[in-house]
Amino acid sequence: MKQKVKKSTAGKRGDSVRSDCYFEIELRNSGGIKLDIKSKVESMYGESIKEMILDMSKFFGLKDAKIFCEDYGALPFVMAARFELAVKRLFPQTKKEYLLPIIKQNLYSTKKDQLRRSRLYLPGNEPKFFVNAGLHSPDGIILDLEDSVAPSEKDAAQLLVRNALRSVDFYNAERMVRINQLPKGLDDLKYIIPHNVNVILVPKCESAEQIHLLEKEVDKLKKQFKIKNDIFFMPIIESALGVIKAFEIALASKNNCALAIGLEDYTADIGTQRTNEGGESIFARQMLVNAAKAAGIQAIDTVFSDVADMEALRQSVLEAKSLGFEGKGCIHPRQIQVVHEAFAPTVEEIEKAKKIVLAFEEAEKKGLGVVSLGSKMIDPPVVKREQRTIDLAMLNNKISKDWRKQ
Amino acid sequence: MKLIKNAAGRLVPIEVNGEQQIPFKGVNKFKPTGVKAKPPIRSCTDYPKDGNKVVKDLKTALKKAGLKDGMTISTHHHLRNGDIVTNILFDTIKEMGIKNIRWFPSASFPVHSHLIKYLEDGTIHHIEGSMNGPLGKFTSEGKMKGIGVLRSHGGRYQSIQDGEVHIDIAVIASPTADPFGNATGDRGKSACGLIGFALGDSEYADKVIVVTDNLVPFPCVPWQIQGNNVDYVVEVESLGDPAKIVSGTTEVTKSPDRLLIAEYVAQFLDEAGIMKNGFSFQAGAGGTALAFAIFLKERMKKKNIKARFIRGGSTKYLVQMLEEGLTDYILDGQTFDLEGVRSMRENNGHINTSPFTSYNFHGKGNFASIVDAAVLGATEVDVNFNANVVTHSDGYLLHGIGGWQNCLYSKCTILAIPSFRDRIPVIVDEVTTLCGPGELIDVIATERGLCINPRRKDLLKALKNSSIPIIDIKELKKQIDEICGGVPSKPKVNKAKVVAIIKWVDGTVLDSVFEILK
Repeated sequence: MKQKVKKSTAGKRGDSVRSDCYFEIELRNSGGIKLDIKSKVESMYGESIKEMILDMSKFFGLKDAKIFCEDYGALPFVMAARFELAVKRLFPQTKKEYLLPIIKQNLYSTKKDQLRRSRLYLPGNEPKFFVNAGLHSPDGIILDLEDSVAPSEKDAAQLLVRNALRSVDFYNAERMVRINQLPKGLDDLKYIIPHNVNVILVPKCESAEQIHLLEKEVDKLKKQFKIKNDIFFMPIIESALGVIKAFEIALASKNNCALAIGLEDYTADIGTQRTNEGGESIFARQMLVNAAKAAGIQAIDTVFSDVADMEALRQSVLEAKSLGFEGKGCIHPRQIQVVHEAFAPTVEEIEKAKKIVLAFEEAEKKGLGVVSLGSKMIDPPVVKREQRTIDLAMLNNKISKDWRKQ
Repeated sequence: MKLIKNAAGRLVPIEVNGEQQIPFKGVNKFKPTGVKAKPPIRSCTDYPKDGNKVVKDLKTALKKAGLKDGMTISTHHHLRNGDIVTNILFDTIKEMGIKNIRWFPSASFPVHSHLIKYLEDGTIHHIEGSMNGPLGKFTSEGKMKGIGVLRSHGGRYQSIQDGEVHIDIAVIASPTADPFGNATGDRGKSACGLIGFALGDSEYADKVIVVTDNLVPFPCVPWQIQGNNVDYVVEVESLGDPAKIVSGTTEVTKSPDRLLIAEYVAQFLDEAGIMKNGFSFQAGAGGTALAFAIFLKERMKKKNIKARFIRGGSTKYLVQMLEEGLTDYILDGQTFDLEGVRSMRENNGHINTSPFTSYNFHGKGNFASIVDAAVLGATEVDVNFNANVVTHSDGYLLHGIGGWQNCLYSKCTILAIPSFRDRIPVIVDEVTTLCGPGELIDVIATERGLCINPRRKDLLKALKNSSIPIIDIKELKKQIDEICGGVPSKPKVNKAKVVAIIKWVDGTVLDSVFEILK
């Protein structure tokens, strides 16, 4: 390995740091590996931290180096990411990756029409939020490489997100990653495609070509790493141009599962302010719903940013639901339950759905091609929608699994 | 030092600071007999006829009280981290050239790290009470001359009553007092609410000194400490920093994980059928316990349920429940915020209690065992539901026991704790220090769900169809070890040197804390 820089640093340090660590690696010409570890969990994991650092040093071929580690209770996947980063900042050309085993709980795939009521954003370089995020039962978890990560720490977040995809149990939440804006975001893909990501969120999407570009790169990596799982795309529309091109974007790939809207950037783009009433974005939101539905995929609403006002969140979700949105972005775990409850069907909706689903099943039993309820004909999309209403009602404990018997 | 294995399987010394000890025999297995300790007979004619017991200063009071080397001096933690009285007390003792004091506080706070120099120079021989923060570190590193003794609030009363600890001089910081010595904590610029922890001391100590920064003309009513038990009154400029004595307002946790735990506990009480008309519960002032009270309140309102009483450190959240008619009474043990102090003064349903009324082992019955559910914390819990509240997994003493051991006697004891902190597992094979036997602990509520003690088949049955995840504690431990990267090592300690002992509520020795090897 050729080296120019002799010393590198990675990670975080300071009194407020938790569940993270800081590394300094200084290359030397002789003397072997010298470790200096200060850990908050020294008495519990001191030995295993030492072993891990030595193992990583060996893996990356470090022979003579002074390694300083300040640990604030970083979990192994965090420590490995920070160490690898310090090495890669010394040797940017190295292709080696220190991969911890992928945990078996993470080997699941999701469906194109997966329930996506809530998606929880996690800043991609803040490991302390990762481990318990799934406990709050969001439908999806987004490890964010884009706006929440400082430009100087993009490389740190890539490694951390990669390790999280392998090592953190997200308790069956759909595992999403928001990459950077294309084409820069293409560089993020090799850190996520081989590691069981379910959905890629594409920020500031403005054309079908961008999705084609993405698809090509994803297909290449899937082939290279022999990845069989579906990997879906969720383009995020955040500009006036994106809104106008929403339909072609929605149709750009069979892997698109949803269109999402991002209103912070959109309102800035059209030169206005975001209001609680949302009059300024009504066109964009309706356009997006319409484009998504025309392409047969889901429409997902923006995040709600006032984490203290749960009632306003509830109202915002009810409004989104009435416009045709099926999901909402969350920036705090406490929002998830509120979002789920607001998306839950009402008693009237459930009663109607029950009747239609029963009529459909009855018609099927009798071998009838056409379903009717009273004098009304019922089309297949309606049956599908009502079946979803029933599923949602069950998820929210509003009806029991054996509702047909009641 | 000779150690033997007690009934809990823990190694404990049979002699501590020159006094014989009885090893823990099992829960409710040990009952001392004989006669309670008694203070000497006094005659009122020995005291000022005009009722004025005010002396010039603390030094004068200590001199008159006959302060000598090796005496036991007690103080109280009502002023919490705002207390300066204890620090000034020991500055004075040092100035008088007195040595080898046994300090017997009801609890210590980080502000008392001022006393480390007196532990080093031999003014204080050892602490019997709690060793928090810097004092805990000092003790754990084997630097204290004697061996620390940790007791619960109830256990403190027990040790005074059965003669295990004889107090020579009690110094009671009182936010308001009269020259006769009647004293209260519910008013004055340093108001702290209750000063009930000093009750036993005022009754049993040889000499009692009341220190106040708000001297009012006789009578100070209502009094929490009776002047008839008081020898001297000292007026000072200030008892301490009011902002640190009570918080202006106590805040609920913002951590989503702790809120989830709190929500699970409230849901548990509801689904287990504990939350019903006329029930009672205990909640403390920790962020999770406060959040629990708020979630429980929502459920009570929805189902139109009212509690008979709530026990606990009072806060504005409990005060709101009292004022909204969701409980008939607050039985207050200590007051944590200004709303609590106000309510104590104004509301007849807000009742003062002391460790004697709450959970004294030598009482004729125990309030704590009448409570339907107690929500408490812990630093560690092991797979047999044994819990630790005084040391962390690194072996260092960090907290006192408080009323925690006593509250374990409730009908349903719930420890609301995260299953790990950063990379520190909270659910472990075996607790570093045993403070509460698992047979008294019914539920461990974590962010990953509830572990129900297999002894409580009734609770397991009641929660069978709950939406709260119910996990076997061994399985949870396995999950946590996987997340944290393996089974944590035990701290390296010097098994030949006990630095502190943990007393059980009956006065027996439950466990030892050993010197940390660096």
